[in-house]
Amino acid sequence: MRSAWAVLAKDVRGEYRTRYAINALLLFALVTLTALSFSTGGSGLTPLLAAVFYWIILFFSVFSSLAQTFVKETETKTELFLKLTAPDDAVFFGKWAFNLILVVLLNIMLTPLFVVMLNITLTQWGVWLLTLFLGGVGLVSTTTLLGALIAAANVRGALFSVLAFPVLLPLLVTAIRVSERCFGGGAAIAQSDAFLVLGAYAVVSTTAAWLLFPFVWRD
Amino acid sequence: MGLDGIGQRSYNWADDRNDESERDVIVLKVLSIVLITGVTVLAFFTDPPLAAMQSGGGASRLFYFHVPMAQVSFLSFMTAAVFAVLYLRRRRPDDDHLATASAEIGLIFCVVALITGSLWAKQAWGAYWNWDPRQLFLFALILFYGAFFALRQATASIEAKRRLSAVYLIFGGAISPFLFFVLPRLYQSLHEDANEVVMAAATKSTMSTQVTSIFVASTLGFLLLYIWLLRLGLDTARMEEKRAAAQE
Repeated sequence: MRSAWAVLAKDVRGEYRTRYAINALLLFALVTLTALSFSTGGSGLTPLLAAVFYWIILFFSVFSSLAQTFVKETETKTELFLKLTAPDDAVFFGKWAFNLILVVLLNIMLTPLFVVMLNITLTQWGVWLLTLFLGGVGLVSTTTLLGALIAAANVRGALFSVLAFPVLLPLLVTAIRVSERCFGGGAAIAQSDAFLVLGAYAVVSTTAAWLLFPFVWRD
Repeated sequence: MGLDGIGQRSYNWADDRNDESERDVIVLKVLSIVLITGVTVLAFFTDPPLAAMQSGGGASRLFYFHVPMAQVSFLSFMTAAVFAVLYLRRRRPDDDHLATASAEIGLIFCVVALITGSLWAKQAWGAYWNWDPRQLFLFALILFYGAFFALRQATASIEAKRRLSAVYLIFGGAISPFLFFVLPRLYQSLHEDANEVVMAAATKSTMSTQVTSIFVASTLGFLLLYIWLLRLGLDTARMEEKRAAAQE
């Protein structure tokens, strides 16, 4: 696990120097949110639509930025070094933790902006935070594995969204339904059921991604 | 038992082309044709199975086709994931051929299931597409297969293609029970009568013996058709591989 901390520290330090991924992430989310606010006139969104917007913005920001997690290793020629020095688990969990930090930062920025720009009232903070956390874990696990997959396949950009979306669909639908409740909307799904699904998805996706990572990482 | 190229003893069920297994395959094919034809004929000469329920009507005859095909498409997805696991463990090209063939067949069955379901929905619920969870998740399965084939297309090296598409299949196989089983159940209270139909069908309490037997025959027929197509897919993939190797 010390290797995992080392991988995480390397990524954090590199990120702190250049701030490339976090800037891309935050700016993408901000631009999309602004465009949405312009088109809806800033208010008058039903809770369901607001929930949909939030998760779509989150998903596509993550798709555009976190897909590069492993590709940047190839580009900076550190991929071979990482394969030789760190065990597979350490690489996976280091990258996973780094992606999770990025997603948490994105949520910290996005939630207040969302409330302000779209005039949403957030009624249940505890539920909201738990949803963001569980959804974030599932999202990050899937993204980390698929990021490694597209880096190994030597393909770019668009394929990542194509691969990720069908896998993340159960997460997206459930998270939207629970968020709808947080924004004061109706109950399309029982809250306890939804958290079971989100939690189960987080566990299954993290375990599956962890177990499958060596097959992607090693030839 | 035979020896493969690197001198190890290997046993592959698909390699057994002796008279007995050929006869078994012919039995399988004939049985599949008989069952599916029989079901098609009977579907029109018996009463619509679900006429008494709200989502019934004449188009509910599609029940005999739509439900088995959806079940087989899910089964083929799971089978593809199993072959993907076998490929990652044994690294035999045949396992990859079978996984891809299973995915191809699953895609076709899924598309037909979606079309028959939409036709049924038009008569029963008034619109082709209702945003019912089951329709949506069947469509998501099609997206999944599409992504799988896009990945295979995009990857250049053969070894990477097989390894990575196997990983994607397994990951999808781990997630898809959520799609097919968990989420439709959760939306039971508010959404369409699809769940009512499914629950009734599952308990089989409102279906007569005749309906049940036709349904079982249909499921069996499509299952045998799937196995038949799977063998065809494997043979085709092997021949493709030989042709590609011969051209080098």
